[in-house]
Amino acid sequence: MGRVNVINVSERRRELTFLERIYVVEVVRGLAITAGHFFRNLIRHTLRLFGIKTAEPAATFQYPEVRRPAAPRLRSLHRLARHPDGTPRCVACMMCETVCPAFCIFIKAEEVDDPNIEKRPKSFDIDIGRCVFCGFCVEACPEDAIRMDTGITEIGSLSRTGMVLDINMLLSLPPKEERGDKPVDFLQKRLVDYNLVPEIQAKT
Amino acid sequence: MNLGLEIGAAVGKTLFIILFALSLGGLLTWVERKQSALMQDRIGANRASILGLRVWGLFHIIADSVKMFMKEDFVPNTPHRIIHGLAPVLSLFFALLSFAVIPFGNAITIAGHRIGLQVLDVNIGILFVFAMMSVAVYGIVLAGWSSNNNFSLLGSIRASAQMISYEVSIGMTLVGILLIFQTLSLQEIVQAQGGLLFGFLPAWGVILQPLGFFLFLTAGIAETKRIPFDMPEGESEIIGFFVEYSSMKFGMFMFAEFVGQILIASLVTTFFFGGWQVPYLADAGFAFPWGGTIPMSAWVVESLRVISFIGKVAFFCWLQMLIRWTLPRFRFDQLMNLGWKVLLPLSLVNAVVTAIVVLWIGQ
Repeated sequence: MGRVNVINVSERRRELTFLERIYVVEVVRGLAITAGHFFRNLIRHTLRLFGIKTAEPAATFQYPEVRRPAAPRLRSLHRLARHPDGTPRCVACMMCETVCPAFCIFIKAEEVDDPNIEKRPKSFDIDIGRCVFCGFCVEACPEDAIRMDTGITEIGSLSRTGMVLDINMLLSLPPKEERGDKPVDFLQKRLVDYNLVPEIQAKT
Repeated sequence: MNLGLEIGAAVGKTLFIILFALSLGGLLTWVERKQSALMQDRIGANRASILGLRVWGLFHIIADSVKMFMKEDFVPNTPHRIIHGLAPVLSLFFALLSFAVIPFGNAITIAGHRIGLQVLDVNIGILFVFAMMSVAVYGIVLAGWSSNNNFSLLGSIRASAQMISYEVSIGMTLVGILLIFQTLSLQEIVQAQGGLLFGFLPAWGVILQPLGFFLFLTAGIAETKRIPFDMPEGESEIIGFFVEYSSMKFGMFMFAEFVGQILIASLVTTFFFGGWQVPYLADAGFAFPWGGTIPMSAWVVESLRVISFIGKVAFFCWLQMLIRWTLPRFRFDQLMNLGWKVLLPLSLVNAVVTAIVVLWIGQ
């Protein structure tokens, strides 16, 4: 067992020395730190202006143009996966609807002639306005049909009904890898614009 | 002197110093954002663009002022509507008026006439500045009182308590400068700082009065009511005196703060950093103590001096920004302790020691 390093905070409290108490020296030390950052970043920005490569002058991201790299397991907007032949993987087993703690998934099932699947969703709505992005639906899914790998995190609408995604939209959303990294296009599109698939092609 | 030339010179000088204060004040709104951004490893405001041109966010100055003017000017239900409108005007007016006695250069000669580069060459310059600083409190007191709001009244009481406390220290600090240069005229004080100490050191006030400089800068920052002394405003948690102001009236209070910052920078420059003096630069050009001279024409010398003044003021504006974005705010009792128990006794000691030394050297 490794030794756990415990710091007793009350022991760290100590009497201030005279120099610390008159405050001036500490002020100058603080100013030296901030001025150091100021000049370092100023020089870096100036060098970059002339095309010279330097270390990053800012810790921030220029958001709409530059995205912070997301973790691969980031839980983003849902999508419904398809089989290679284009049919939805979902078999309307209702597992996700049951497990959802926010009650934001609404599935209507219908029968299908295929003896292998028997059931498929007639409609599959997710109310993103209620979703808490816990990812339970993804874990519950036995068919690996619902996934949260679109990488879309900017989800907004001017109305509550606009936040409800129907099955066509969910099926048309591509995973992040296929979408590529074109963030600006992405921001300017609305979710409705992803409604590309007119209807589910039923497997006969 | 030719009357037309005299009037022209007066108008020209007034315009120069007013435009200097106003444009630098506008620039400071940008500097505040960008400097704090650089100090905190950020980029800062850079989104305002005209025709796709961003120029490091400089257009934010225009965007801000357009926003301020376009916003609704809400006046609270107060019986003192006129005073409510007058208060921000007073704040800005008296801050700008103090610039009249600041010398920004020595003198230029046009058509045989000597024109001093100072709007108002009065022999009571220091007293004039103090008077304007004291009257500036009225803008704040009236703002708090006429807003018909207890919180803004409390804010203005805090502001006036702070400003009056620190004015005492500012006054006592400058007694040392007064004793050394033996004049109240700011132009004469700057001219006296052109000499050399021990043959090589510029006789700037900061070398003669290092403690005085430090105390003056501290009290001066307190006088501008900015962090770490922003008790009157306290934008992040307590409510300040201009809570009932909106639109450009609020903008004027904010702008008066920036102008006050420039004023303190100008005063520090004038009293302690030789004003428009450039080290070793005499009327005929550079004359270095180790021998060697660079002769220059009068116009070059004079423009160098004005540039030197502007540069020094810009540096002290930068320094105040640096302090404002580094230190946390004082508590109100700490603020009062610092003013009355530290700065005032130290400035008294400074004045007494200076008086003894001046007397001793004089004998």
